[in-house]
Amino acid sequence: MQDSNIQLNRTDHSQSEPVIIRQRRKWLGAIASYLLLTVLALLFVAPIVFMIIGSLKPDSLVLTEAGTFKAFLPGQISFQNYRDVFERVDFARFFFNSLFITSMIVLAGLLVNSLAGYAFARLRWRGRSGVLLLVIALMIIPFEAIAVPLFFQVTLLGWRNTYIAQILPFVANAFSIYLFYTFFIDLPKELEEAARVDGASTLRTFFEIIVPVAKPVFATVAILTFLTQWGSFLWPLMVTLDEQVRPLPVAISSFQTLPPIQWGDIMSFGVMMVAPILIVFLLFQKWFVEGVASTGTKG
Amino acid sequence: MASVSFQDVYKVYPNGYSAIKKLCLDIQDGEFLVFVGPSGCGKSTALRMLAGLEDISAGKLLIGDRVVNDQTPQERNIAMVFQNYALYPHMTVRQNLEFPLRMIKLSPKQRQARIAEAAEKLGLAQLLDRKPKQLSGGQRQRVAMGRAIVRDPAVFLMDEPLSNLDAKMRSQIRTEIAELQDRMGTTTVYVTHDQVEAMTMGDRVAVMRGGELQQLATPQDLYDSPANVFVAGFIGSPAMNIFPTQLRKTALGLLMLDVGDQRLAIDPAAISRYSTLANYLDQPLLAGLRPEAFSVADANPPPDSCLQVEVKALEALGHEMIIYAQAPVGMIQAEEAAGAESDLNTSTLVARLAANRNIHAHTPLALAVDVSKLYLFTTDYQAIG
Ligand SMILES: Nc1ncnc2c1ncn2[C@@H]1O[C@H](COP(=O)(O)OP(=O)(O)O)[C@@H](O)[C@H]1O
Ligand SMILES: [Mg+2]
Repeated sequence: MQDSNIQLNRTDHSQSEPVIIRQRRKWLGAIASYLLLTVLALLFVAPIVFMIIGSLKPDSLVLTEAGTFKAFLPGQISFQNYRDVFERVDFARFFFNSLFITSMIVLAGLLVNSLAGYAFARLRWRGRSGVLLLVIALMIIPFEAIAVPLFFQVTLLGWRNTYIAQILPFVANAFSIYLFYTFFIDLPKELEEAARVDGASTLRTFFEIIVPVAKPVFATVAILTFLTQWGSFLWPLMVTLDEQVRPLPVAISSFQTLPPIQWGDIMSFGVMMVAPILIVFLLFQKWFVEGVASTGTKG
Repeated sequence: MASVSFQDVYKVYPNGYSAIKKLCLDIQDGEFLVFVGPSGCGKSTALRMLAGLEDISAGKLLIGDRVVNDQTPQERNIAMVFQNYALYPHMTVRQNLEFPLRMIKLSPKQRQARIAEAAEKLGLAQLLDRKPKQLSGGQRQRVAMGRAIVRDPAVFLMDEPLSNLDAKMRSQIRTEIAELQDRMGTTTVYVTHDQVEAMTMGDRVAVMRGGELQQLATPQDLYDSPANVFVAGFIGSPAMNIFPTQLRKTALGLLMLDVGDQRLAIDPAAISRYSTLANYLDQPLLAGLRPEAFSVADANPPPDSCLQVEVKALEALGHEMIIYAQAPVGMIQAEEAAGAESDLNTSTLVARLAANRNIHAHTPLALAVDVSKLYLFTTDYQAIG
């Protein structure tokens, strides 16, 4: 069978190729792509590994081994650097500040942006499409562009060096609104109509029917907001004056220049700063992927 | 329980599309009324206006003696079953049934009693703690029904509630719904595009087309005396054969009906119900013969009592067979009567015959015609009085 096939299809290369060779090619292709992916993954992971290993090494070794392969090998493991951080600065304070500010932005943002997205997707009001267009346009304006006017506003309000100045400007978020909007607009209307006929008000329908159904988007928005806000640097640098309300990214930058400069301590500060991000991501990975997938393919 | 009344109701959608035109319709207390018609004819729109999910552009809508035009769905005390059931996916069956009861602020004890009662009526008792995802299509449909009946509303509204079920389930639940409605005696408005559902379930059936009510009658009356060609073609399956013709009086005083170049003798007694027929002699007319009006002719039929056709195809169903034959004349489609010009004029005549092993495709056949089952329409597609 095989032979006659080959003879009949002399001119057609892909078909005349024996099966074994074709399979071998497939294997080679798979191996090559795995290799490439592994290299890329290593490239991305390397700085984090470097930081974690470095944080466990004596200060003196961090810098001397930095250029060599040893940077990725743990030597004697010690937590001295971590102890040093807590002794030298009020790390717990910074951590609390970051956690508090970020959580408030996430929670208030979920409420405000989901309601806004819902209003755009479902309620009928004059000027809706115009305002929606405005919100979409706002997505492309980088924060840096409005940082200075915002700074004047906050100063006028007397909000410098407060939590509120670090929370309020970031609650309403065009991108989050847009994510919610695209999800809600694709939801079948029947669920809400059923709730209305069953006698539920708009708000009750939203909280009892829509929110539970929209869990994946809420998770996506929560994670995206958390990730961006946790690392936020420019604005807190502008509005905070002292350690009372200062979050981690600003704190680490001043810690970096705080003499004596000790790279091991800086590494352990860094580890403690990114740990929550990793934890949040690992915990909610499934939802995150689901949310991105559903908002992506449906919208 | 309540009556429902549409009084000159119009619906114009925001995009300017006029979906319901001057709908006048009275539904009696306790009646099972079915809206039927082809897709896009405005059935759902009518129902959704009744539910309060769409505004009413003009006219008055009454439930009982209240004008409900400006009332919200919850003020109207109605319950609705949706095509896709619209069960709340994150709630168990029990919570689904409980939701409307919570909205009317019943005490937890009353709620559980109502749920138990509804669950018993619909055979849901075993399923109360499941989520909708864990139910079969038929079970979901029952839960949707349950959520409608727990409230004990004034009117039930159902929009194609069976269209997502397979044929067997559909006929089973069809009977269940009809029985349930009969027992509860709640006014019900039911929307479907399936004329079989309409005929089997409705006390009365409202046939819609292009936003206009064509006829409102009992199923039997729709079948026996359709108001126009559209209703005649829409009700009954397979559809009525409708063709252009003339009714002529011969020199001997006999009535003859042209069917292409063939003719049928008409016994005047058979069509005496057409009192104004005399006005239409020798005029162009439309005639309708249902597939059931045909039978296989005897060996020596009386003259002009049958049609000679050629069988093109046939479907043997065991107890009967459906014959598709080359007709001696072009047939008119019901959609064409609905105003849509179509060149799809077929010349296929459909007959429903008793099972017969001697009939084969591509052979000639003589069909006897029961002329007492002849329908006559004017060329404007209206039934002759
Ligand atoms: N929201 C809407 N805006 C504009 N036109 C609509 C809207 N909803 C339905 N229509 C149109 O109105 C007509 C009737 O729709 P519908 O009542 O849903 O028909 P059906 O008889 O199939 O239930 C259709 O032609 C449909 O396209
Ligand atoms: Mg419909």
